[in-house]
Amino acid sequence: MSLFGKRRNVLPGFGLSLGFTLAYLGLIVLLPLSAAFLKTAGLSWTDFMAAVTAPRVLASFRVSFGVSLLAALVNAYFGGILAWVLVRYKFPGRRVIDALVDLPFALPTAVAGIALTAIYARNGWVGQWLDPLWLAFVQKLSVLAPWVDWKSWLGGTIAFDRPGIFLALTFVGLPFVVRTLQPVLAELEPELEEAAATLGANRWQTMTRVILPELMPALITGFALSFARALGEYGSVVFIAGNMPMHSEITPLLIITKLEQYDYRGATAIAVVMLVASFVLLLLINLLQKWSRRYYKV
Amino acid sequence: MNFLRLFTLFLALSVVPAIFAKNVVLLNVSYDPTRELYAEYNATFARFWKAKTGDDVTVKQSHGGSGKQARGVIDGLPADVVTLALAADIDAIVAHSRLIAPDWQQRLPHNSSPYTSTIVFLVRKGNPRGIKDWGDLVRPGVSVITPNPKTSGGARWNFLAAWAYARRKSGNEEGARQFVAALFRNVPVLDSGARGSTTTFVQRGIGDVLLAWENEAFLALKEFGADKFEIVVPSLSILAEPPVTVVDKVAQKKGNAEVARAYLEYLYSDEGQDIAGRHFYRPTLPAAQARYTATFPRLDLVTIDREFGGWTKAQATFFADGGVFDQIYAH
Repeated sequence: MSLFGKRRNVLPGFGLSLGFTLAYLGLIVLLPLSAAFLKTAGLSWTDFMAAVTAPRVLASFRVSFGVSLLAALVNAYFGGILAWVLVRYKFPGRRVIDALVDLPFALPTAVAGIALTAIYARNGWVGQWLDPLWLAFVQKLSVLAPWVDWKSWLGGTIAFDRPGIFLALTFVGLPFVVRTLQPVLAELEPELEEAAATLGANRWQTMTRVILPELMPALITGFALSFARALGEYGSVVFIAGNMPMHSEITPLLIITKLEQYDYRGATAIAVVMLVASFVLLLLINLLQKWSRRYYKV
Repeated sequence: MNFLRLFTLFLALSVVPAIFAKNVVLLNVSYDPTRELYAEYNATFARFWKAKTGDDVTVKQSHGGSGKQARGVIDGLPADVVTLALAADIDAIVAHSRLIAPDWQQRLPHNSSPYTSTIVFLVRKGNPRGIKDWGDLVRPGVSVITPNPKTSGGARWNFLAAWAYARRKSGNEEGARQFVAALFRNVPVLDSGARGSTTTFVQRGIGDVLLAWENEAFLALKEFGADKFEIVVPSLSILAEPPVTVVDKVAQKKGNAEVARAYLEYLYSDEGQDIAGRHFYRPTLPAAQARYTATFPRLDLVTIDREFGGWTKAQATFFADGGVFDQIYAH
């Protein structure tokens, strides 16, 4: 216990627990990932570049990253509202709704995909009403802004086109935002808002100056989790996407396609690109979160 | 004392049959649409084998996309026999794992295909679009459902059948290419497997015509009612020969080589052929074929070997990365 000796933690066993953590992480996470990298290493640089920059692969990256981003943004917004309602208001059936939020976690994704397709297909419960509306909306846009090819961007139907992918990805990502926000919101005392009001802040100011800064780190985490989940999602999307090459084909499907052709290296090459891109994005989001914490909490 | 004697007797009785009769477990790794076929065949074979040798045989089934199943066997799924959609998938097992002897296709009659099938059209009742032949599929506004040839064995047969038709019609490769490109422009959804496409067409109500295995088309009629759909037989189609073979190394290791061989040979028996016919696969033995002439219409059937120079070549030309199918979608 001398002042100049080794720094001691209050809890013993730091060495053991760190060793265990590293071994566990290595076994469960790093080992399979390094296998993917090793398999790709069998490709020469030119073959690797050819595999990952093929037009069809690039198109799938655009679809996967683009739609995942959109789905995560929408989840961050509506998930935020959902979490707010669940924490701040007491109403009958709140527990049931709270439990429902976890459903996308528990449901096998294939079941989710089949269910969504059945509902949103042109002959489904919702699809028979929504599908013509969507088509009309897209056509309207094409008239208003004819210089954009809206139909190829937004799809002419809901199921079996890009909107279907968006629905499936929103579905699987929702719980991440709600569950990360809920504990933070529960900690946030309503007195804080009252204090802001007594000091003369209007509702908008209370929202943007008092509440959002507190929520921002959790919101960003939820967004990142939801985004990452959407990027990797396969099971539910393939049923509803239509899977048209260059248009509504997600990257995970392309990886499976390569595997079906016994092209293990090509498959892992695409996987590695996706992995690195996701890692960089998650890292950026983490930095952003850190920054936002520092920025808002002066 | 009495109890002990009873116990000994019981023990002796339970051991005796185990000495004389073996209980064999076979694993048959197959593709998607053979579920119903093998469910019936396995029970029949078990009876046959019990009568012949006294051994009990239980056949376990694994079903999935043909390519995926082949990959499973390569990666270590301990299949005693494989019964897949394409010779190319068994060739892939040979090439990637050496579990099967390279001359496997000569070991059983008819290129090791105990039953065959072909590609036909399933249309909605009354055939509202008036679809009679391949030529009608490229008309503007006709919506065609087929799975993705990159992932589905059945879809490759669809693709090649269309190609064969167009090449006959136009007389050259370029004409065939344009025809198939036009056909795929009419495809709104590419499912990854044949069953997925059937679901899209039958249950989601998408498309005017489904390109399907003949047995899948009959099955759809049986399951969902002949009042909703009808089968259209084109003037020309392709002879699909789903092959079967013993996975030598695995069967030998498990001591199942003999029963595995018998299991596949029995597919060529009268009974085996009848089961195939009942499940809408075309039998390959002439005697059995004669019994099913009413079910299966005669049509001009091209073979993959004569028309395309075998699977390996067709696979490389049409479905490999950068092949004809990819070129169609590159624009």
